[in-house]
Amino acid sequence: MGNYLTAFLVGGAICAIAQLIYDLTPLTMAHVLTLFVIVGGIISGLGLYKPLVDFAGAGATVPITSFGHQLVQGALKELEMSGPIGVLTGIFDLTSAGITSAIIFGFFVAVIFNPKG
Amino acid sequence: MANKKLGAQTLQFNRPPVLLEAATVVGPLEGQGPLGDTFDVIYPDQLNGQKSWEACERGMMKDAVKLLLDKAKLSVDRVDFMLAGDLLNQLISGNFAARDLAIPFLGIYGACSTMVEGLGLAAMLVDGDYADYVVAATSSHYGTSERQYRFPTEYGAQRPPYSQTTVTGSGAGLVTDSTYHPGRYPRVTHFTVGKVMDRGIKDPYDMGSAMAPAAADTLQRHFVDTDRTPADYDLILTGDLASVGKKIVIELMALAGYDMGQNYDDCGCRIYNPDKQPVFAGGSGCGCSAVVTYGSILHQMREGKLKRILVAGTGALLSPTTYQQGESIPCIAHAVAIEMSEKGAL
Repeated sequence: MGNYLTAFLVGGAICAIAQLIYDLTPLTMAHVLTLFVIVGGIISGLGLYKPLVDFAGAGATVPITSFGHQLVQGALKELEMSGPIGVLTGIFDLTSAGITSAIIFGFFVAVIFNPKG
Repeated sequence: MANKKLGAQTLQFNRPPVLLEAATVVGPLEGQGPLGDTFDVIYPDQLNGQKSWEACERGMMKDAVKLLLDKAKLSVDRVDFMLAGDLLNQLISGNFAARDLAIPFLGIYGACSTMVEGLGLAAMLVDGDYADYVVAATSSHYGTSERQYRFPTEYGAQRPPYSQTTVTGSGAGLVTDSTYHPGRYPRVTHFTVGKVMDRGIKDPYDMGSAMAPAAADTLQRHFVDTDRTPADYDLILTGDLASVGKKIVIELMALAGYDMGQNYDDCGCRIYNPDKQPVFAGGSGCGCSAVVTYGSILHQMREGKLKRILVAGTGALLSPTTYQQGESIPCIAHAVAIEMSEKGAL
């Protein structure tokens, strides 16, 4: 696993690339977000994301690229266990905790607070 | 016969209508700005006790019109027409405010040029002898505009430094016939109607660059039509180009041979203090030119510090659908010349 330094460098580099894309191109935040999920998925599919996680720890698991990685790994795992249909059933296996908690926490925050502008 | 038309795009009023009274209501950020003490009402927060920003905005317009009539000591039934518009889809602020005010209503849309469009049309109704008293009102609200045009604020989107801050504010003016009010008042003498221009800007944050060519075109047209120069005015104000667009207007006017160096400013540069307030390039929105013009500028005219001014309201005529479909941003600017009359007619 990585240490503080590698986490800082790798996580920081990923975020810096995203910020530069946002600042220097007409792409919106939603574009950058989606782009990084897809790039994470592609890197994961090529088998390169796991080594990055081993090297940088949270520096690789916290940025949104990790979400793409988890989508792909979940699908691949179920593909092995259940055959082609597993690509569909497994895609949200590893990410379901993140997605569900985002919905639940989002719900409670929306119930309790009002935006102030 | 169009005998009140001057040149290609300018109307010259026979009996320049009186801008009898005006009222302004703003939000907290505007109240803390450098013009804070020139506004009539400052709301304590962006909601002012309402359950949504949209409800707050239409309440703000209603408050501005009611205050206007109070200040002018005029009952609602004496008002012939109300012309109002805002930035929201289906003009909900104007329409809903008019529902409660029960004044014969015409909704107008010119994006941030609405204040000038309304004032010019009101003057036309009065000088055309169709009305004795016309209210021209407009409003904008930071929260409602962000939600409709960009991202909801709670999304926390980063903004580029050239973006502008939509003014939370509403301004209303009362236009009347000069024969009823022959004294010393600001009068609307000319109205220059602009053409829609589009130089291909697509970034919905970059309103200043998008609107500047329209502003420069209307100003040049006004000077040609009226045979005046920038030096004939004590102050020339554009609506809401802020710091980015203001520079472009000065450059475009210089290319056309007009020196804007001395007496030109932009409402978006005046309403906030960009060094101390988080407003990026400056203010924008229908409310920006309305509360600046109907607030500090009108005060200065009454105090005799300004005699003749030209206000060019600038509007970006985009919709969320058009920019999501990759269309560029068409823009417009209208200008009104306002002059402080000595006693009696001009």
